[in-house]
Amino acid sequence: MKVLVPIKRVIDYNVKVRVKPDNSNVDLANVKMAINPFCEIAVEEAVRLKEAGTATEVIVISIGDKSCQEQLRTALALGADRAIQIETDQNLDALNIAKLLQKVVEEEQPQLVILGKQSIDSDNNQTGQMLAALTGLAQGTFASEVKVEESKVNVTREVDGGLQTISLNLPAIITTDLRLNEPRYASLPNIMKAKRKPLEVKSAADFGIDLTARTNLLKVTPPREREAGLIVESIDELVEKLKNEAKVIS
Amino acid sequence: MSILVYAEHDNNVLKIDTLKTVAAAQKIGGDITILVVGHNCQAVAEKASKVNGIAKVVVADSTAYEHQLAENVSLLVSELAADYSVVMATALTTGKNFMPRVAALLDVAQISDIIAVESADTFVRPIYAGNAIATVQSLDDKKVITVRSTGFNPVACDGSADITNLDNVINAGISSHVSDELTVSERPDLSAASVVISGGRGMQNGDNFKLLDGIADKLGAAIGASRAAVDAGFVPNDMQVGQTGKIVAPDLYIAVGISGAIQHLAGMKDSKVIVAINKDPEAPIFQVADYGIVADLFEALPELENAL
Repeated sequence: MKVLVPIKRVIDYNVKVRVKPDNSNVDLANVKMAINPFCEIAVEEAVRLKEAGTATEVIVISIGDKSCQEQLRTALALGADRAIQIETDQNLDALNIAKLLQKVVEEEQPQLVILGKQSIDSDNNQTGQMLAALTGLAQGTFASEVKVEESKVNVTREVDGGLQTISLNLPAIITTDLRLNEPRYASLPNIMKAKRKPLEVKSAADFGIDLTARTNLLKVTPPREREAGLIVESIDELVEKLKNEAKVIS
Repeated sequence: MSILVYAEHDNNVLKIDTLKTVAAAQKIGGDITILVVGHNCQAVAEKASKVNGIAKVVVADSTAYEHQLAENVSLLVSELAADYSVVMATALTTGKNFMPRVAALLDVAQISDIIAVESADTFVRPIYAGNAIATVQSLDDKKVITVRSTGFNPVACDGSADITNLDNVINAGISSHVSDELTVSERPDLSAASVVISGGRGMQNGDNFKLLDGIADKLGAAIGASRAAVDAGFVPNDMQVGQTGKIVAPDLYIAVGISGAIQHLAGMKDSKVIVAINKDPEAPIFQVADYGIVADLFEALPELENAL
Protein backbone atom coordinates (compact mmCIF):
# COMPACT_ATOMS: atom_id res chain seq x y z
CA MET A 1 0.00 0.00 0.00
CA LYS A 2 1.09 3.50 -0.86
CA VAL A 3 1.36 6.20 1.81
CA LEU A 4 1.38 9.90 0.94
CA VAL A 5 2.85 12.36 3.44
CA PRO A 6 2.39 16.09 2.82
CA ILE A 7 4.98 18.17 4.71
CA LYS A 8 5.45 21.88 5.37
CA ARG A 9 8.57 24.01 5.66
CA VAL A 10 8.25 26.23 8.75
CA ILE A 11 10.39 28.20 11.15
CA ASP A 12 12.46 25.91 13.37
CA TYR A 13 10.58 25.41 16.63
CA ASN A 14 13.58 26.56 18.70
CA VAL A 15 13.74 29.97 17.01
CA LYS A 16 12.19 32.94 18.76
CA VAL A 17 9.60 34.54 16.52
CA ARG A 18 9.86 38.28 15.86
CA VAL A 19 7.21 40.49 14.33
CA LYS A 20 8.33 42.85 11.54
CA PRO A 21 8.45 46.54 12.57
CA ASP A 22 5.80 47.40 9.94
CA ASN A 23 3.45 44.75 11.43
CA SER A 24 2.98 43.10 8.03
CA ASN A 25 4.01 39.63 9.23
CA VAL A 26 6.64 37.84 11.26
CA ASP A 27 10.23 38.26 10.16
CA LEU A 28 11.55 35.09 8.51
CA ALA A 29 14.65 36.62 6.91
CA ASN A 30 17.76 34.55 7.68
CA VAL A 31 15.84 32.39 10.13
CA LYS A 32 16.51 28.66 10.46
CA MET A 33 13.75 26.64 8.80
CA ALA A 34 12.80 23.00 9.31
CA ILE A 35 10.14 20.37 8.68
CA ASN A 36 7.07 21.19 10.77
CA PRO A 37 7.44 18.91 13.85
CA PHE A 38 4.01 17.30 13.37
CA CYS A 39 4.87 16.59 9.71
CA GLU A 40 8.10 14.96 10.83
CA ILE A 41 6.06 12.63 13.04
CA ALA A 42 3.91 11.85 9.97
CA VAL A 43 7.00 10.94 7.92
CA GLU A 44 8.26 8.73 10.75
CA GLU A 45 4.92 6.91 11.02
CA ALA A 46 4.86 6.24 7.27
CA VAL A 47 8.44 4.96 7.30
CA ARG A 48 7.64 2.66 10.24
CA LEU A 49 4.65 1.29 8.29
CA LYS A 50 7.03 0.52 5.46
CA GLU A 51 9.57 -1.12 7.75
CA ALA A 52 6.77 -3.25 9.21
CA GLY A 53 5.90 -4.41 5.68
CA THR A 54 2.49 -2.71 5.73
CA ALA A 55 3.39 0.09 3.33
CA THR A 56 5.17 -0.48 0.03
CA GLU A 57 6.01 3.08 -0.92
CA VAL A 58 6.23 6.37 0.98
CA ILE A 59 5.79 9.55 -1.08
CA VAL A 60 6.42 12.96 0.47
CA ILE A 61 5.02 16.13 -1.00
CA SER A 62 5.47 19.81 -0.22
CA ILE A 63 3.87 22.91 -1.71
CA GLY A 64 5.95 26.05 -1.91
CA ASP A 65 8.92 27.65 -3.62
CA LYS A 66 12.19 25.86 -4.39
CA SER A 67 13.40 26.18 -0.81
CA CYS A 68 10.99 23.48 0.41
CA GLN A 69 13.07 20.92 -1.54
CA GLU A 70 15.42 21.09 1.44
CA GLN A 71 12.69 19.65 3.70
CA LEU A 72 11.74 17.08 1.04
CA ARG A 73 15.38 15.89 0.96
CA THR A 74 15.33 15.62 4.74
CA ALA A 75 12.18 13.48 4.53
CA LEU A 76 13.87 11.29 1.89
CA ALA A 77 16.83 10.90 4.24
CA LEU A 78 14.42 9.78 6.96
CA GLY A 79 13.26 6.97 4.69
CA ALA A 80 10.68 8.25 2.19
CA ASP A 81 11.06 6.77 -1.31
CA ARG A 82 10.31 9.71 -3.55
CA ALA A 83 9.25 13.34 -3.37
CA ILE A 84 6.99 15.76 -5.18
CA GLN A 85 7.29 19.54 -4.97
CA ILE A 86 4.37 21.63 -6.15
CA GLU A 87 5.98 24.91 -7.08
CA THR A 88 4.27 28.18 -6.10
CA ASP A 89 5.35 31.57 -4.78
CA GLN A 90 1.94 32.20 -3.26
CA ASN A 91 1.28 31.75 0.43
CA LEU A 92 -1.78 29.53 0.03
CA ASP A 93 -4.76 29.15 2.38
CA ALA A 94 -5.26 25.66 3.82
CA LEU A 95 -8.27 25.15 1.53
CA ASN A 96 -6.18 25.73 -1.60
CA ILE A 97 -3.42 23.46 -0.27
CA ALA A 98 -6.07 20.77 0.31
CA LYS A 99 -7.38 21.22 -3.25
CA LEU A 100 -3.90 20.68 -4.71
CA LEU A 101 -3.38 17.64 -2.48
CA GLN A 102 -6.75 16.28 -3.60
CA LYS A 103 -5.45 16.21 -7.20
CA VAL A 104 -2.33 14.37 -6.10
CA VAL A 105 -4.42 11.84 -4.15
CA GLU A 106 -6.52 11.22 -7.27
CA GLU A 107 -3.36 10.67 -9.29
CA GLU A 108 -1.36 8.57 -6.84
CA GLN A 109 -4.26 6.68 -5.21
CA PRO A 110 -2.57 6.19 -1.79
CA GLN A 111 -4.30 4.01 0.80
CA LEU A 112 -3.23 6.35 3.57
CA VAL A 113 -2.42 10.04 3.69
CA ILE A 114 -0.66 11.04 6.91
CA LEU A 115 -0.31 14.73 7.76
CA GLY A 116 0.71 16.74 10.81
CA LYS A 117 -2.30 17.96 12.78
CA GLN A 118 -1.20 21.58 12.46
CA SER A 119 1.77 23.65 11.41
CA ILE A 120 3.54 25.61 14.12
CA ASP A 121 3.46 28.82 12.06
CA SER A 122 -0.17 29.41 11.10
CA ASP A 123 -1.56 27.05 13.79
CA ASN A 124 -4.65 26.44 11.64
CA ASN A 125 -5.26 22.73 12.16
CA GLN A 126 -7.28 22.43 8.93
CA THR A 127 -5.49 20.84 5.98
CA GLY A 128 -5.98 17.14 6.84
CA GLN A 129 -9.68 17.53 7.59
CA MET A 130 -10.22 19.60 4.45
CA LEU A 131 -8.42 17.04 2.31
CA ALA A 132 -10.60 14.32 3.85
CA ALA A 133 -13.76 16.29 2.98
CA LEU A 134 -12.65 16.97 -0.60
CA THR A 135 -11.71 13.34 -1.25
CA GLY A 136 -14.76 12.03 0.65
CA LEU A 137 -12.50 9.89 2.85
CA ALA A 138 -12.69 9.12 6.55
CA GLN A 139 -10.35 10.96 8.91
CA GLY A 140 -8.50 10.10 12.10
CA THR A 141 -7.20 13.37 13.53
CA PHE A 142 -4.79 13.93 16.45
CA ALA A 143 -3.61 10.32 16.27
CA SER A 144 -1.55 8.80 19.06
CA GLU A 145 -1.75 5.24 17.68
CA VAL A 146 -2.35 3.85 14.18
CA LYS A 147 -3.10 0.18 13.49
CA VAL A 148 -3.68 -0.92 9.90
CA GLU A 149 -5.85 -4.01 9.41
CA GLU A 150 -7.06 -5.55 6.11
CA SER A 151 -9.38 -2.88 4.69
CA LYS A 152 -9.56 -0.68 7.77
CA VAL A 153 -7.35 1.37 10.02
CA ASN A 154 -7.89 1.84 13.75
CA VAL A 155 -6.84 5.24 15.01
CA THR A 156 -6.54 6.19 18.68
CA ARG A 157 -7.08 9.93 19.01
CA GLU A 158 -6.11 12.41 21.70
CA VAL A 159 -9.38 14.06 22.73
CA ASP A 160 -10.24 16.52 25.52
CA GLY A 161 -11.21 13.90 28.08
CA GLY A 162 -8.57 11.28 27.24
CA LEU A 163 -8.37 8.90 24.29
CA GLN A 164 -10.88 7.79 21.67
CA THR A 165 -10.41 4.91 19.23
CA ILE A 166 -12.22 4.93 15.89
CA SER A 167 -12.19 2.60 12.92
CA LEU A 168 -11.88 4.03 9.40
CA ASN A 169 -12.43 2.48 5.99
CA LEU A 170 -9.33 2.62 3.78
CA PRO A 171 -8.25 4.74 2.05
CA ALA A 172 -8.18 7.21 4.92
CA ILE A 173 -6.61 10.46 6.10
CA ILE A 174 -4.69 10.61 9.38
CA THR A 175 -3.29 13.62 11.22
CA THR A 176 -0.60 13.16 13.85
CA ASP A 177 -0.40 14.27 17.46
CA LEU A 178 2.82 14.57 19.45
CA ARG A 179 2.81 11.19 21.10
CA LEU A 180 2.32 9.07 17.97
CA ASN A 181 6.06 8.36 17.75
CA GLU A 182 9.46 9.88 18.27
CA PRO A 183 11.07 10.69 14.91
CA ARG A 184 14.53 9.32 14.18
CA TYR A 185 17.56 11.32 13.13
CA ALA A 186 18.77 10.94 9.56
CA SER A 187 22.08 9.11 9.35
CA LEU A 188 24.86 10.47 7.15
CA PRO A 189 24.72 7.57 4.64
CA ASN A 190 20.95 8.08 4.37
CA ILE A 191 21.42 11.81 3.80
CA MET A 192 23.82 10.96 0.95
CA LYS A 193 21.42 8.37 -0.47
CA ALA A 194 18.54 10.85 -0.31
CA LYS A 195 20.31 13.09 -2.82
CA ARG A 196 19.82 10.44 -5.48
CA LYS A 197 16.16 9.68 -4.72
CA PRO A 198 13.62 11.03 -7.24
CA LEU A 199 12.20 14.52 -6.64
CA GLU A 200 9.61 15.61 -9.18
CA VAL A 201 8.69 19.29 -9.54
CA LYS A 202 5.22 20.28 -10.73
CA SER A 203 3.80 23.75 -11.14
CA ALA A 204 0.76 24.67 -9.05
CA ALA A 205 -0.59 26.56 -12.05
CA ASP A 206 -0.76 23.29 -14.06
CA PHE A 207 -3.40 21.80 -11.78
CA GLY A 208 -6.12 24.06 -13.15
CA ILE A 209 -7.39 25.07 -9.71
CA ASP A 210 -8.53 28.56 -8.77
CA LEU A 211 -6.00 29.44 -6.08
CA THR A 212 -7.37 32.89 -5.24
CA ALA A 213 -6.74 33.82 -1.60
CA ARG A 214 -9.79 33.48 0.66
CA THR A 215 -8.32 35.44 3.53
CA ASN A 216 -6.44 38.69 3.85
CA LEU A 217 -3.78 39.10 6.53
CA LEU A 218 -4.31 42.69 7.70
CA LYS A 219 -1.67 42.92 10.40
CA VAL A 220 0.55 40.97 12.76
CA THR A 221 1.47 42.33 16.17
CA PRO A 222 3.52 41.03 19.09
CA PRO A 223 1.46 39.61 21.95
CA ARG A 224 0.89 41.61 25.09
CA GLU A 225 3.91 40.88 27.24
CA ARG A 226 3.46 39.92 30.84
CA GLU A 227 5.85 41.57 33.21
CA ALA A 228 7.76 39.69 35.82
CA GLY A 229 6.13 40.24 39.20
CA LEU A 230 7.25 39.92 42.74
CA ILE A 231 9.48 37.26 44.27
CA VAL A 232 8.04 36.51 47.70
CA GLU A 233 10.12 35.14 50.55
CA SER A 234 7.72 32.70 52.15
CA ILE A 235 4.56 30.71 51.58
CA ASP A 236 2.80 32.82 54.21
CA GLU A 237 3.64 35.98 52.28
CA LEU A 238 2.41 34.33 49.06
CA VAL A 239 -0.93 33.38 50.60
CA GLU A 240 -1.30 36.84 52.10
CA LYS A 241 -0.67 38.46 48.67
CA LEU A 242 -3.11 36.13 46.91
CA LYS A 243 -5.79 36.95 49.48
CA ASN A 244 -5.35 40.68 49.95
CA GLU A 245 -3.53 42.01 46.90
CA ALA A 246 -4.57 39.78 43.97
CA LYS A 247 -7.83 38.80 45.69
CA VAL A 248 -7.98 35.48 43.85
CA ILE A 249 -8.43 33.31 46.94
CA SER A 250 -10.46 33.90 50.07
CA MET B 1 -27.08 37.96 9.52
CA SER B 2 -27.84 34.52 10.95
CA ILE B 3 -25.32 32.52 12.93
CA LEU B 4 -25.24 28.80 13.65
CA VAL B 5 -23.31 27.87 16.82
CA TYR B 6 -22.39 24.21 17.25
CA ALA B 7 -22.79 23.08 20.88
CA GLU B 8 -19.82 21.28 22.45
CA HIS B 9 -21.14 18.51 24.75
CA ASP B 10 -20.89 14.83 25.69
CA ASN B 11 -24.61 14.04 25.27
CA ASN B 12 -25.14 14.94 28.95
CA VAL B 13 -23.57 18.27 29.74
CA LEU B 14 -23.29 21.43 27.64
CA LYS B 15 -19.73 22.71 27.98
CA ILE B 16 -19.37 26.21 29.36
CA ASP B 17 -17.11 26.95 26.39
CA THR B 18 -20.19 27.01 24.17
CA LEU B 19 -21.48 29.95 26.22
CA LYS B 20 -18.27 31.76 25.35
CA THR B 21 -18.65 30.89 21.68
CA VAL B 22 -22.15 32.40 21.82
CA ALA B 23 -20.54 35.54 23.28
CA ALA B 24 -18.24 35.65 20.24
CA ALA B 25 -21.25 35.18 17.96
CA GLN B 26 -22.99 38.12 19.65
CA LYS B 27 -19.96 40.29 18.87
CA ILE B 28 -20.46 39.47 15.18
CA GLY B 29 -24.17 40.19 15.65
CA GLY B 30 -27.28 38.52 14.27
CA ASP B 31 -29.85 35.82 15.03
CA ILE B 32 -28.09 32.99 16.82
CA THR B 33 -29.16 29.36 16.59
CA ILE B 34 -27.52 26.72 18.76
CA LEU B 35 -27.19 23.32 17.09
CA VAL B 36 -27.02 20.25 19.33
CA VAL B 37 -25.85 17.12 17.51
CA GLY B 38 -25.67 13.86 19.45
CA HIS B 39 -27.70 10.97 20.77
CA ASN B 40 -30.00 11.07 23.80
CA CYS B 41 -28.87 14.63 24.21
CA GLN B 42 -32.14 16.29 25.24
CA ALA B 43 -30.61 17.47 28.54
CA VAL B 44 -28.02 19.39 26.52
CA ALA B 45 -30.74 20.87 24.30
CA GLU B 46 -32.70 22.04 27.34
CA LYS B 47 -29.65 23.67 28.86
CA ALA B 48 -28.90 25.30 25.49
CA SER B 49 -32.45 26.68 25.31
CA LYS B 50 -31.72 28.73 28.44
CA VAL B 51 -28.70 30.48 26.93
CA ASN B 52 -29.32 34.23 26.78
CA GLY B 53 -29.65 36.10 23.52
CA ILE B 54 -30.28 33.20 21.16
CA ALA B 55 -33.16 32.81 18.71
CA LYS B 56 -33.61 29.04 18.88
CA VAL B 57 -32.10 25.62 19.48
CA VAL B 58 -32.15 22.88 16.88
CA VAL B 59 -31.39 19.29 17.81
CA ALA B 60 -30.24 16.40 15.62
CA ASP B 61 -30.56 13.30 17.80
CA SER B 62 -29.57 9.98 16.25
CA THR B 63 -27.31 6.99 16.89
CA ALA B 64 -25.37 8.19 13.82
CA TYR B 65 -24.35 11.25 15.85
CA GLU B 66 -23.70 9.56 19.20
CA HIS B 67 -19.92 10.00 19.00
CA GLN B 68 -20.08 13.07 16.76
CA LEU B 69 -17.93 11.42 14.09
CA ALA B 70 -16.56 14.10 11.77
CA GLU B 71 -17.71 12.35 8.58
CA ASN B 72 -21.38 12.36 9.66
CA VAL B 73 -21.51 15.66 11.53
CA SER B 74 -19.79 17.63 8.75
CA LEU B 75 -22.34 16.49 6.17
CA LEU B 76 -25.21 17.53 8.45
CA VAL B 77 -23.71 20.89 9.38
CA SER B 78 -22.75 21.80 5.82
CA GLU B 79 -26.31 21.02 4.73
CA LEU B 80 -27.80 23.18 7.51
CA ALA B 81 -25.29 25.94 6.73
CA ALA B 82 -27.31 26.88 3.64
CA ASP B 83 -29.58 28.96 5.90
CA TYR B 84 -26.80 30.74 7.82
CA SER B 85 -24.12 33.26 6.97
CA VAL B 86 -21.80 32.22 9.79
CA VAL B 87 -21.09 28.77 11.24
CA MET B 88 -19.18 28.72 14.54
CA ALA B 89 -17.85 26.08 16.90
CA THR B 90 -15.58 26.07 19.92
CA ALA B 91 -11.95 25.17 19.17
CA LEU B 92 -12.02 22.05 21.36
CA THR B 93 -11.50 18.49 20.18
CA THR B 94 -14.91 18.11 18.50
CA GLY B 95 -14.97 21.49 16.77
CA LYS B 96 -11.36 21.24 15.65
CA ASN B 97 -12.09 17.81 14.22
CA PHE B 98 -15.14 18.41 12.03
CA MET B 99 -15.24 22.16 11.28
CA PRO B 100 -12.50 22.29 8.60
CA ARG B 101 -14.44 19.49 6.90
CA VAL B 102 -17.53 21.71 6.89
CA ALA B 103 -15.50 24.61 5.47
CA ALA B 104 -14.13 22.47 2.64
CA LEU B 105 -17.59 21.09 1.82
CA LEU B 106 -18.85 24.69 1.63
CA ASP B 107 -15.77 25.70 -0.40
CA VAL B 108 -14.77 28.44 2.05
CA ALA B 109 -11.71 29.08 4.22
CA GLN B 110 -11.92 28.49 7.95
CA ILE B 111 -10.77 31.11 10.43
CA SER B 112 -9.40 29.03 13.32
CA ASP B 113 -9.11 29.82 17.01
CA ILE B 114 -10.29 33.44 17.08
CA ILE B 115 -9.71 35.37 20.32
CA ALA B 116 -11.49 38.60 19.32
CA VAL B 117 -13.98 39.92 16.77
CA GLU B 118 -13.00 43.18 15.04
CA SER B 119 -15.98 43.30 12.69
CA ALA B 120 -18.34 40.90 10.91
CA ASP B 121 -15.53 39.78 8.58
CA THR B 122 -12.36 40.53 10.54
CA PHE B 123 -11.02 38.47 13.41
CA VAL B 124 -8.00 38.27 15.69
CA ARG B 125 -6.18 34.97 16.21
CA PRO B 126 -2.88 33.85 17.70
CA ILE B 127 -0.24 32.40 15.35
CA TYR B 128 3.21 30.92 16.06
CA ALA B 129 1.95 29.48 19.36
CA GLY B 130 0.76 32.87 20.51
CA ASN B 131 4.10 34.56 19.83
CA ALA B 132 2.36 36.76 17.27
CA ILE B 133 -1.21 37.93 16.95
CA ALA B 134 -2.76 38.10 13.48
CA THR B 135 -5.71 40.19 12.34
CA VAL B 136 -7.36 38.30 9.49
CA GLN B 137 -10.13 39.30 7.13
CA SER B 138 -12.32 36.59 5.62
CA LEU B 139 -13.08 37.19 1.93
CA ASP B 140 -15.71 34.43 1.69
CA ASP B 141 -19.44 35.21 1.78
CA LYS B 142 -20.05 32.44 4.26
CA LYS B 143 -17.81 32.31 7.32
CA VAL B 144 -16.66 29.18 9.12
CA ILE B 145 -15.05 30.06 12.43
CA THR B 146 -13.70 28.23 15.46
CA VAL B 147 -13.45 30.15 18.72
CA ARG B 148 -10.79 29.92 21.40
CA SER B 149 -13.07 30.21 24.38
CA THR B 150 -10.50 31.82 26.69
CA GLY B 151 -10.93 35.00 24.63
CA PHE B 152 -14.57 35.52 25.60
CA ASN B 153 -16.72 35.67 28.75
CA PRO B 154 -19.64 33.23 28.96
CA VAL B 155 -23.15 34.59 28.38
CA ALA B 156 -25.76 34.09 31.11
CA CYS B 157 -28.30 31.25 31.10
CA ASP B 158 -31.70 32.59 32.13
CA GLY B 159 -33.47 32.69 28.78
CA SER B 160 -35.95 30.31 27.20
CA ALA B 161 -35.64 29.66 23.47
CA ASP B 162 -37.70 27.17 21.49
CA ILE B 163 -36.27 23.75 20.71
CA THR B 164 -36.83 22.23 17.26
CA ASN B 165 -35.99 18.62 16.54
CA LEU B 166 -34.48 17.80 13.15
CA ASP B 167 -35.03 14.44 11.53
CA ASN B 168 -32.05 14.60 9.13
CA VAL B 169 -29.95 11.53 9.74
CA ILE B 170 -26.80 11.40 7.70
CA ASN B 171 -24.46 8.46 8.04
CA ALA B 172 -21.47 8.56 5.71
CA GLY B 173 -20.80 4.93 6.61
CA ILE B 174 -17.02 5.18 6.33
CA SER B 175 -16.07 5.42 10.00
CA SER B 176 -17.20 3.96 13.30
CA HIS B 177 -16.52 4.41 16.98
CA VAL B 178 -14.60 1.63 18.73
CA SER B 179 -13.92 2.73 22.30
CA ASP B 180 -13.26 5.61 24.67
CA GLU B 181 -10.66 5.70 27.39
CA LEU B 182 -11.66 8.79 29.31
CA THR B 183 -10.10 10.08 32.48
CA VAL B 184 -12.59 10.12 35.33
CA SER B 185 -12.09 12.98 37.74
CA GLU B 186 -14.06 14.65 40.49
CA ARG B 187 -12.26 17.88 39.79
CA PRO B 188 -13.46 20.67 37.50
CA ASP B 189 -12.57 20.62 33.81
CA LEU B 190 -9.17 22.15 33.07
CA SER B 191 -10.58 24.55 30.52
CA ALA B 192 -13.47 25.63 32.80
CA ALA B 193 -11.75 25.84 36.22
CA SER B 194 -11.18 29.23 37.84
CA VAL B 195 -8.05 27.90 39.53
CA VAL B 196 -5.50 25.58 37.92
CA ILE B 197 -2.45 24.05 39.60
CA SER B 198 0.02 22.37 37.23
CA GLY B 199 3.09 20.26 37.82
CA GLY B 200 6.13 19.94 35.61
CA ARG B 201 9.25 17.86 35.30
CA GLY B 202 10.25 19.07 38.77
CA MET B 203 7.55 16.80 40.24
CA GLN B 204 9.99 13.92 39.45
CA ASN B 205 7.31 11.21 39.16
CA GLY B 206 3.58 10.58 38.88
CA ASP B 207 3.21 9.71 42.56
CA ASN B 208 4.36 13.16 43.60
CA PHE B 209 1.42 14.71 41.74
CA LYS B 210 -0.56 13.65 44.84
CA LEU B 211 1.13 16.60 46.57
CA LEU B 212 -1.08 18.83 44.41
CA ASP B 213 -4.32 17.09 45.43
CA GLY B 214 -4.76 18.69 48.84
CA ILE B 215 -4.15 22.18 47.48
CA ALA B 216 -6.48 21.55 44.54
CA ASP B 217 -9.17 20.34 46.97
CA LYS B 218 -8.89 23.46 49.08
CA LEU B 219 -8.98 25.81 46.07
CA GLY B 220 -11.49 23.86 43.97
CA ALA B 221 -8.77 23.72 41.34
CA ALA B 222 -8.20 21.58 38.27
CA ILE B 223 -4.83 19.84 38.00
CA GLY B 224 -2.72 20.26 34.88
CA ALA B 225 0.77 19.39 33.73
CA SER B 226 3.51 20.57 31.40
CA ARG B 227 4.40 18.63 28.28
CA ALA B 228 7.63 17.50 29.96
CA ALA B 229 5.61 15.85 32.74
CA VAL B 230 3.28 14.18 30.24
CA ASP B 231 6.09 12.99 27.98
CA ALA B 232 7.91 11.56 31.00
CA GLY B 233 4.78 9.51 31.68
CA PHE B 234 3.99 11.11 35.06
CA VAL B 235 0.37 11.88 34.08
CA PRO B 236 -2.00 11.27 31.12
CA ASN B 237 -1.93 13.49 28.04
CA ASP B 238 -5.32 15.10 28.62
CA MET B 239 -3.76 16.99 31.56
CA GLN B 240 -1.31 18.82 29.31
CA VAL B 241 -1.48 22.59 29.30
CA GLY B 242 0.31 24.27 26.41
CA GLN B 243 0.47 25.02 22.72
CA THR B 244 -0.53 21.50 21.73
CA GLY B 245 -2.53 20.66 24.84
CA LYS B 246 -5.22 22.65 26.58
CA ILE B 247 -5.31 26.42 26.49
CA VAL B 248 -6.40 27.77 29.88
CA ALA B 249 -6.98 31.24 31.29
CA PRO B 250 -8.12 30.82 34.91
CA ASP B 251 -8.20 33.53 37.57
CA LEU B 252 -5.29 31.83 39.31
CA TYR B 253 -2.66 29.57 37.72
CA ILE B 254 -0.07 27.93 39.96
CA ALA B 255 2.93 26.47 38.12
CA VAL B 256 4.88 24.00 40.24
CA GLY B 257 8.27 22.72 39.11
CA ILE B 258 7.62 24.04 35.58
CA SER B 259 10.53 25.86 33.93
CA GLY B 260 8.28 27.80 31.55
CA ALA B 261 9.08 26.71 27.99
CA ILE B 262 7.47 28.86 25.27
CA GLN B 263 5.14 25.97 24.43
CA HIS B 264 3.82 25.86 28.00
CA LEU B 265 3.47 29.63 28.29
CA ALA B 266 1.37 29.59 25.10
CA GLY B 267 -1.22 27.57 26.99
CA MET B 268 -1.52 29.64 30.18
CA LYS B 269 -0.15 33.15 29.80
CA ASP B 270 -3.60 34.72 29.58
CA SER B 271 -4.34 33.62 33.15
CA LYS B 272 -5.28 36.53 35.40
CA VAL B 273 -2.75 35.79 38.15
CA ILE B 274 0.21 33.44 37.75
CA VAL B 275 2.14 31.96 40.66
CA ALA B 276 5.41 30.09 40.09
CA ILE B 277 7.06 27.73 42.53
CA ASN B 278 10.48 26.65 41.32
CA LYS B 279 13.84 26.07 42.93
CA ASP B 280 15.73 27.55 39.97
CA PRO B 281 15.69 31.35 40.29
CA GLU B 282 16.64 31.60 36.57
CA ALA B 283 13.60 29.61 35.36
CA PRO B 284 11.80 31.57 32.60
CA ILE B 285 8.46 30.99 34.35
CA PHE B 286 9.41 33.79 36.77
CA GLN B 287 9.41 36.23 33.83
CA VAL B 288 5.65 35.86 33.46
CA ALA B 289 4.65 35.13 37.06
CA ASP B 290 2.89 37.76 39.18
CA TYR B 291 4.20 36.05 42.30
CA GLY B 292 7.17 33.76 42.41
CA ILE B 293 8.74 31.81 45.18
CA VAL B 294 12.16 30.24 44.84
CA ALA B 295 11.81 27.07 46.87
CA ASP B 296 12.00 23.29 46.83
CA LEU B 297 8.50 22.22 45.85
CA PHE B 298 8.61 19.24 48.22
CA GLU B 299 8.83 21.67 51.12
CA ALA B 300 6.69 24.43 49.64
CA LEU B 301 3.67 22.33 48.67
CA PRO B 302 2.85 20.88 52.11
CA GLU B 303 3.42 24.33 53.58
CA LEU B 304 1.06 25.90 51.05
CA GLU B 305 -1.59 23.26 51.72
CA ASN B 306 -1.43 24.02 55.44
CA ALA B 307 -1.54 27.77 54.90
CA LEU B 308 -4.73 27.70 52.84
